[in-house]
Amino acid sequence: MSVRATTESPVARAVLIAIALVFLGFFLLLPLLAVFSEALRQGTGPFLDALHTPDALAAIRLTLLIAAIAVPLNMVFGVAASWAITKFQFPGKALLITLIDLPFSVSPVVSGLIFVLLFGANGLFGAWLAEHDIKIIFAVPGIVLATVFITFPFVARELIPLMLEQGKDDEEAAISLGANGWQTFWHVTLPNIRWGLLYGVLLCNARAMGEFGAVSVVSGHMRGETNTMPLHVEILYNEYDFVGAFAVASLLALLALVTLVAKTVLEWRFSLHAGARH
Amino acid sequence: MIHLRGITKRFGEYPALHGIDLDVAPGEFIALLGPSGSGKTTLLRIIAGLEFQDSGTVLLGGEDVSATPVADRHVGFVFQHYALFRHMTVADNVAFGLSVRRGKGRLPKAARQARAEELLRLVQLEGLGARYPGQLSGGQRQRVALARALAIEPRLLLLDEPFGALDAKVRKDLRRWLRDLHKQVGLTSIFVTHDQEEALELADRVVVMNQGRIEQVGAPDAVYMNPETPFVSHFVGETNRLPAAGGEIHFRPHEITLAADGAEALLVDNVFRKGAVWRAEGLLEGSGQFVELDLPSSGEAPQLGQTIRFNPHSARMFNADGDQTQGAHR
Repeated sequence: MSVRATTESPVARAVLIAIALVFLGFFLLLPLLAVFSEALRQGTGPFLDALHTPDALAAIRLTLLIAAIAVPLNMVFGVAASWAITKFQFPGKALLITLIDLPFSVSPVVSGLIFVLLFGANGLFGAWLAEHDIKIIFAVPGIVLATVFITFPFVARELIPLMLEQGKDDEEAAISLGANGWQTFWHVTLPNIRWGLLYGVLLCNARAMGEFGAVSVVSGHMRGETNTMPLHVEILYNEYDFVGAFAVASLLALLALVTLVAKTVLEWRFSLHAGARH
Repeated sequence: MIHLRGITKRFGEYPALHGIDLDVAPGEFIALLGPSGSGKTTLLRIIAGLEFQDSGTVLLGGEDVSATPVADRHVGFVFQHYALFRHMTVADNVAFGLSVRRGKGRLPKAARQARAEELLRLVQLEGLGARYPGQLSGGQRQRVALARALAIEPRLLLLDEPFGALDAKVRKDLRRWLRDLHKQVGLTSIFVTHDQEEALELADRVVVMNQGRIEQVGAPDAVYMNPETPFVSHFVGETNRLPAAGGEIHFRPHEITLAADGAEALLVDNVFRKGAVWRAEGLLEGSGQFVELDLPSSGEAPQLGQTIRFNPHSARMFNADGDQTQGAHR
């Protein structure tokens, strides 16, 4: 076995691994530990009390509500867009692919401002909305809109490469066997993309719950009404309520950890699945 | 059974088919043979309804299906890479066409399963119904794909490079098996291939295609023995070409008579055994044309550097426009 020819020397390997671990520890692990240790600095009692304040509970509820609306919407949109892009030829396809990436390339603050410019009191539709007594900016609908906008690439980005790789053969086979569009989607396409879809939904959910910038612009920061968890953390921190701020932050960090574990499990299932294909 | 009239197709600027006319009789086994880019797969997909022609008509069993989508054409289509549904068992794959059927044609579950088993028996995969496609070999997967296509009782079976993804040995076995199956079932079938051996061995008639046109249609023997165009002569079987006044002379490596006073002389550059004959290759004296000859292996092996004198005993002459100007035998 000529292993030497293709591997680095043991010293180089050790140095590279050490650099990676130190970097990882310093930038990822340490902050994570800091969040939990700050939150639990005065013991579990004050930690739980901080989470039980009406404002914190309202922020948690609002965050869950926003995710519950934005994630399903983007799941449907992501699947529809990926399906259209990978299975059909149509004019404007390249433009659609570019547009899907827009929320990733634009600063979240700008994303939020777009909605203020559209629906704010002095915005394009502001007068009309005020006339009909519809509140979007500084209210829940605005937060939902901003979150949907910010998170819409996740599912599509995950599915487009996967569906391109899988090609159209399976769908054509199903249709040639007499299946209609819905049957083809439900029995053939969806099972083929299920792990990728789940993965995209997971990432989408993590971002929907964690988004700060865009939501901050449209929310108005009304305690107990339009504050999501990330916004609530900032307010508490600015008021020097460190235990409260870090308690809520630790919940968000926990969400990140759960997402990571779920992602790892999914990737493992995904690779098993992909391996069995050929 | 199938009547194609004036089928044309473009992909953007690229013309894929130029006015294809073709008639297929019931029960026939047809090969669409051609190099990649010849339009053979596009033509197959147009017959299936997976692709639509820009102009021209497709008649299936006397019915104009030119604008009918694939789901309503009742054709079985077998894909090169099988396109089996990997999350379903083999039996569920085979029964798919029956289980998506709605309305009064729908069979109860027990009947669908029985039909799937019957088809698996037909393709000699009895007892493998509970497996997943990932657990089968390439040859087995292709037979599952075939059983699945047959399950809907198609009026026509279309196969796109059915052996393309298989290794040589499996390919040969499956080829023989498919020929027997066709005899047994008698379903009108069209398959696409770039492998002339496959086409000549399996098909009742071979349709040779090149650059979106049909070059020649005929029985395998006729296509091989009497190619009508230089392309067919060159693409089907091996052919030597000699420049001649007003065109080109084509002859097969075995269509020669050795003669001490032969008109042509080959300077042997390479020799190897090719099955039952010696294959000698080299350049002709005078014209410098590269030529391959088959010599009986009962004799001594030709030596490198030796000169072999011969006359082509049957040959075809094509003029510069590709028209044949002289009969098959001269």
